[in-house]
Amino acid sequence: MVRRIAILTLTSALALACNKDKGEGGGEKGGEGKGEGKVTAETGTAGEKSGAGAAGIRIGVLTDMSGLYADLSGEGSVEAAKMAVEEAGGKVAGKTIEVISADHRNKPDVGSAVARRWLENEGVDVIVDVPTSSVALAVNELTRAQNKVFIASGPASADLTGKACSPNTVHWTYDTWALANGTGGEVVRSGGKTWFFITADYAFGQALERDVTKVVTEAGGKVLGGVKHPLNNTDFSSFLMQAQGSKAQVIGLANAGGDTINTIKQAAEFGLGKSGQKLAGLLVFISDVHALGLDVAGGLMLTTAFYWDHDDGTREWSKKFAARHDGKMPTMVQAGVYAGVRHYLKAVAEAGDESDGRKVVEAMKKIPTDDPLFGKGTIDANGRKRHPVYLYQVKTKDESKAPWDYYKLVREIPADQAFNDPAKTGCSLVAGAAAPADAKGAADAKGDAKGAADAKGDAKGDAKSGTK
Amino acid sequence: MTSAGRQRIALLVAVVLLCAAPYVAYPIFLMKVMCFALFACAFNLLLGYAGLLSFGHAMFFGVAGYASAHAAKVWGLTPELSIGFGVLVAAALGAVVGRLAIRLAGIYFAMITLAFAQMIYFYCLQTPFTGGENGIQAVPRGKLLGLISLADNYSLYYFVLAVTLGGIAVTYRAVHSPFGEVLAAIRENEPRAVSLGYHTDHHKLIAFVLSAALSGLAGGTKAIVFQLASLTDVQWPTSGEVVLMTLVGGIGTITGPLVGATLVVMSEDLLASLGGWISVIQGFFFVLCVLLFRRGIVGSLAHWWPRRSSPPSSSS
Amino acid sequence: MSSVVLSQLLLGLINGSFYALLSLGLALIFGLMKIVNFAHGALYMLGALLAWLMLEKLGLGYGWALLLSPLVIGGLSALVEIGLIRRLRHLDPLYGLLLTFGLALLIQALAVMKYGTSGQPYPVPKFLVGADNLGFMILPRYRMWVITASIVVCLAVWAVIEKTRLGSTLRAAAENPRLLEAFGVSVPRLVTATYAFGGALAAFAGVLAAPMQQVRPLMGVDIIIVVFAVVTVGGLGSIGGSIITGFALGIAEGFT
Repeated sequence: MVRRIAILTLTSALALACNKDKGEGGGEKGGEGKGEGKVTAETGTAGEKSGAGAAGIRIGVLTDMSGLYADLSGEGSVEAAKMAVEEAGGKVAGKTIEVISADHRNKPDVGSAVARRWLENEGVDVIVDVPTSSVALAVNELTRAQNKVFIASGPASADLTGKACSPNTVHWTYDTWALANGTGGEVVRSGGKTWFFITADYAFGQALERDVTKVVTEAGGKVLGGVKHPLNNTDFSSFLMQAQGSKAQVIGLANAGGDTINTIKQAAEFGLGKSGQKLAGLLVFISDVHALGLDVAGGLMLTTAFYWDHDDGTREWSKKFAARHDGKMPTMVQAGVYAGVRHYLKAVAEAGDESDGRKVVEAMKKIPTDDPLFGKGTIDANGRKRHPVYLYQVKTKDESKAPWDYYKLVREIPADQAFNDPAKTGCSLVAGAAAPADAKGAADAKGDAKGAADAKGDAKGDAKSGTK
Repeated sequence: MTSAGRQRIALLVAVVLLCAAPYVAYPIFLMKVMCFALFACAFNLLLGYAGLLSFGHAMFFGVAGYASAHAAKVWGLTPELSIGFGVLVAAALGAVVGRLAIRLAGIYFAMITLAFAQMIYFYCLQTPFTGGENGIQAVPRGKLLGLISLADNYSLYYFVLAVTLGGIAVTYRAVHSPFGEVLAAIRENEPRAVSLGYHTDHHKLIAFVLSAALSGLAGGTKAIVFQLASLTDVQWPTSGEVVLMTLVGGIGTITGPLVGATLVVMSEDLLASLGGWISVIQGFFFVLCVLLFRRGIVGSLAHWWPRRSSPPSSSS
Repeated sequence: MSSVVLSQLLLGLINGSFYALLSLGLALIFGLMKIVNFAHGALYMLGALLAWLMLEKLGLGYGWALLLSPLVIGGLSALVEIGLIRRLRHLDPLYGLLLTFGLALLIQALAVMKYGTSGQPYPVPKFLVGADNLGFMILPRYRMWVITASIVVCLAVWAVIEKTRLGSTLRAAAENPRLLEAFGVSVPRLVTATYAFGGALAAFAGVLAAPMQQVRPLMGVDIIIVVFAVVTVGGLGSIGGSIITGFALGIAEGFT
């Protein structure tokens, strides 16, 4: 019995001792942990639970480092964040800025565990990127509960500014509504009236399918059917056969990254284009086009908020980015990380205090945005970053004159039309918002998020940095 | 001082240390360790004491997680009721699966449990209430007994500590009882046990259901702690993980799984910065343990550390 | 039959080919060694990985891969059997299961370390590029080849097991190894050979899979679970049962 207890105690002591040291080296550095800033902030005694009360500002880039979205975000997003920090001189309001990163592997449990640890235990003030909507929704709840900031430059789900909206979150770059309105609308207008969906079966795919369906039906089209596939699927042959069997004019791909690449590749193998059916890639990144090659991808329509070759400003920044990222041009997600961090730092300088997330986000909404990548823009009351969005078409091999010369502009969608009207999103933060079908959902989400913050009712976030 | 007195002091010291722990280390990490320690303990009840290797224990762990999450979020039950519901669901599942699987032995039993676990996984993947890949998010921590808010990590820690200790105590009681003795007999030589008149299937089924229920306790608690129930908890790598924990710690010992769980969770945490190396190291230790350290850490220590004046007990 | 049904049937047969090939190897190993080879999925992945490496580093194409990859992986499997699995011969086969499980974890984790979780593309060999219009669907030629190759291999192995002397020796070893040893047959060597052959079959399936799915370090993980189901249902150890169940499951999957 004594021996038993001795063994247990020894093990626990070991565990605690090792956990103690985590305060210093700390943080889940994903991948090989390259190039994280050195910890300049003193984190004080073991397992420091205070917020950034210590001397610095910590930016956490939570992304997919090794999975199907790694190319469109991943290490590139970390680089983009660092570029923004370097531009600001590494300091804001007299405090040093540090960038750490981690891999959420597209799993909500991994992502939320990392985010929780970052926010509660490692003094992270703002989480950026998160290119997977299911993880983003979980992080959204955590930052709301802990009163920190979430700059969602990676995920697509419009719910982040809709029924799950939060005063701590800014949804940058793009969302499913913009995609539906852009690509979806354009394809329907040019004759694609009947649709069949191939959908990634999680938050993002479901939201995208829902939003595009709305656009299609409102334009007088019809959705003949759809099929759902697991995230990170490799074999789309049976889904493509069903799509073919439906005889729909348009096969809408409500998926992204590696899934989209595989679907398009296999569609080509199975000769899908030959019978007159068109593929509509509802979310396509330049990294996908690069992987597919122009023979396969040429002619695809896509909606994006950023293209590296759009103007001098984007070109200059993108070349700098490519120099740090293996010569690869940035995707809109990576561009969003840069712009988002840049604006966040401006807001912190204005608000003076980075530990109150709500205050910082208010400052972000107050200051109009301006950067060389997205131009001039604003942030709506529901957290939606508003900027123009563009409809591009992928060039064919002959049309492309230089490496990464992939897109030709079809149309610019101005900022006021690019995203959903805040009053219609069902977000409870917007005064006079239409009562959404699941108001309960929003209320629940906010209620639950009281979580660790001990805030009651609508207490403005007093900086609950978690110290007891 | 008598041996019993020494035991009591050791126990007291341990309890004090456990109570002080959250002020030294990150409470969420500690709670994760405890949930997995309980899970491994429950698994070991079946493997170490009944001699049945189940390769699908994640189904109890994960399904209870979903059940508890659903109860807390959608029905608004208090945490102890939600977790209790999770335990019931896991036990019921255990009864059904156990009934069908108990007839088989050895490899076949392992394969059948794996097959069932996969079916449960696919069910969880498809059915809407689990949220598929999204999982059940924003699970409220709620108020214990409607009175004490568990939103705070510290209050939650003591609750989880109580639950875990309770679960371990139940395991201990089950093992050190006439029931436990019969189980040991069945493990050693089933035909003989049958010939002595014991209803072996009956005993094995009870052990299975108990193991399932305690795994459910661990899973439900975890869902409340992390406020999330996800597919990962019903996938077979989780089943594999608990096997690893038990193997490394020591099959057939009470403390073994606890040590194993602590080490595995700790290593995952520490090595998180090394990314993919965690799995490499886990795989390596798995192989190493199977080849050389079949007794696991605690088992090996028990073997080498000479017993002093402890009363003759069947296992340490 | 409507074209959708026919096309799903054909696609199901393609998937079934992999299930059948893999369960064949698994059934062989289980029949003789009573060990469920959890590492089977990892060996399948290694087969594909080796094919990719041969192309990348040595410029050796598909044909070479089909031939050499199974040989190399078979050799590796033999080493694993002699070095590791054999040590557990005297114990409950559950330990063998656990060992192969750990090996699978290790091998797959190492591959992920080196190559990340997303895949490396492997091109369809030139002589199999293109598709044929079958009327109800357009079937890529490569997939036709996959069905053909696996049916041929499965039948060949089944014939050897059921009809030849080698096969009967193997079946005897599965039933009563002691008695067989008394007849002068080296059972340990037979065991090593069987395990090696099982590994080679897995690698062969891997090479077949490479052009169809990308070469991913985790490609063995999901398929192995299905294969276990096949082997369990088809009768652990029954060769014919596993083959048929494998194809059947593939077809059934296509319709659900």
